[in-house]
Amino acid sequence: MADLEELYREIILDHYRSPRNRGELASPPAHRTEGFNPLCGDEIVVTIDVLDGVLQDIKIAGQGCSISQSSASLMSGAVKGKSIPDVRSTIATFKTLMLSHESHLGDGDAEPEAVDLKSLGELAALQGVVKFPVRIKCATLGWNTLTQALDEAGA
Amino acid sequence: MINEAEIRAAFPLLKRELHNTPIVYLDTAASSLQPQRVIDAMSHYYANSHANVHRGVYGTAEEATGLYEGARHAVGSLIGSKHPAQEIVFTKNTTESINLFVNSWGGTKLGPDDAVVISIMEHHANIVPWFVLQERIGFELRWIGVDGNGELMLDNLDELLTGAKVLSVTAMSNVLGTINPIAELAAAAHRHGAIIHVDGAQSVPHLPVDVDALDIDLMSFSSHKMLGPTGIGVLWARREILTAMPPFLTGGGMILDVRTDGFTPADGPSRFEAGTPPIAEAVGVAEAARYLKELGLDAVRDHEQALTAYALDRLFDAFGDELTVHGPRDVARRGGVISFTLGEVHAHDIAQILDSHAVCVRPGHHCAKPLMRHLGVPATARASFGVYNTTADADALVEGLRDAAKLFA
Repeated sequence: MADLEELYREIILDHYRSPRNRGELASPPAHRTEGFNPLCGDEIVVTIDVLDGVLQDIKIAGQGCSISQSSASLMSGAVKGKSIPDVRSTIATFKTLMLSHESHLGDGDAEPEAVDLKSLGELAALQGVVKFPVRIKCATLGWNTLTQALDEAGA
Repeated sequence: MINEAEIRAAFPLLKRELHNTPIVYLDTAASSLQPQRVIDAMSHYYANSHANVHRGVYGTAEEATGLYEGARHAVGSLIGSKHPAQEIVFTKNTTESINLFVNSWGGTKLGPDDAVVISIMEHHANIVPWFVLQERIGFELRWIGVDGNGELMLDNLDELLTGAKVLSVTAMSNVLGTINPIAELAAAAHRHGAIIHVDGAQSVPHLPVDVDALDIDLMSFSSHKMLGPTGIGVLWARREILTAMPPFLTGGGMILDVRTDGFTPADGPSRFEAGTPPIAEAVGVAEAARYLKELGLDAVRDHEQALTAYALDRLFDAFGDELTVHGPRDVARRGGVISFTLGEVHAHDIAQILDSHAVCVRPGHHCAKPLMRHLGVPATARASFGVYNTTADADALVEGLRDAAKLFA
């Protein structure tokens, strides 16, 4: 079934089987934040090291489904080494992509905000999730946890 | 004997397709489907007899009141209540029934030196209300453990019940399928001077339940898990217990008198039914209860037990050691609820791939996190059967799981 193949793209399965930046940084000095999806029990632990306005290092721990874990893994690769404004901009772009399904809900005819998929690189592989609204919470768990970590770290 | 073709034809939703494939509904433990006659009974009520109950003197108001009060008899008859007019309280669902019991009975009968006994396998609905009341009163909450076979550990039951005022326990686990020995637990509770409240959400729809034979004191269950509509649940309580319980939700409908210096609550179930009740839903659950009674819970149980045995055999044949099924392997000791994990495939992914085969199962913690912690698994996939399921549905489950195993191999 086409939609299912779009959801479980090879790159997603690859990041699920071999997650990148796996583990935890020593905290302190790194900042550690836990995120939970209370509906399904998925959890993500994000540890970040911010110095001179740059996300120097990030590690991901936790457990959950292929979508939550691969999304967090892809995220870690996309934001590591970037300036904080760039990290926040990547988060915003990704979340816009995930929210694009909302234009299908309700009676409104609002057009979804255009997302520059090219700017997302490998992350664009997650766009198949949009067709499975229940799984969007899985895909965004790591990202929301990173946002919380940045806020808590004052970055 | 269950006539499969006849029963399947009675449930309109089974004609649905998902992704161009006929639906395979294996989520009855979450909510059952409804037969057309339940839907028709509710439609007929709205089209012909709707009025508010207990107020008007005109013809349709009398009809509505008669249907609503009559529903207590239909539901009571299913569970062996001898005095349904005095013992069947309609609520919103099992959760509200338990909250009613915990707050009304527990809020007035329990003190800081008392103890309440529940089990690790309870649904959150039979845990959280106790925690909330405990914060207010400070009683001791004691837990019956669960063994490696997914059954209650009753070796220390006498110890747990010593000094306890109430035992509140599920008759059938919504995760493990385990059927608990309720008659034995009731006898033990009474021996220690405690009362017993049973969470019957999973047992009433699937097993013969007779509250007198079990000698229990209270039982909570939901309509929507027993082929009836959502929005209505039941608290059954022995007359002498219900009579001594103060109101929980208050307002119109639950009073005998209201003055400027106070109020006098109504007697009987009405005391607990504040506001306009779910009348159409009562009509629906009454029809569901009559339907289940006509099918016969013995026949329902036989059908589902045979189907569970078939499904477990097929699953283990297909996946062997890759498959972990939680709960008793002996189908005589479990209902048609199969919670499982398959290799390293996460429950969410299993459910997603099964959906592409139109197979509806539920992933997650099933509102039983203390049990999931005890089992050491964050989530399971759960397939659960109803009377309308067949061996073909179990086959579809196995075929869908082959796909999941292949994708994540």
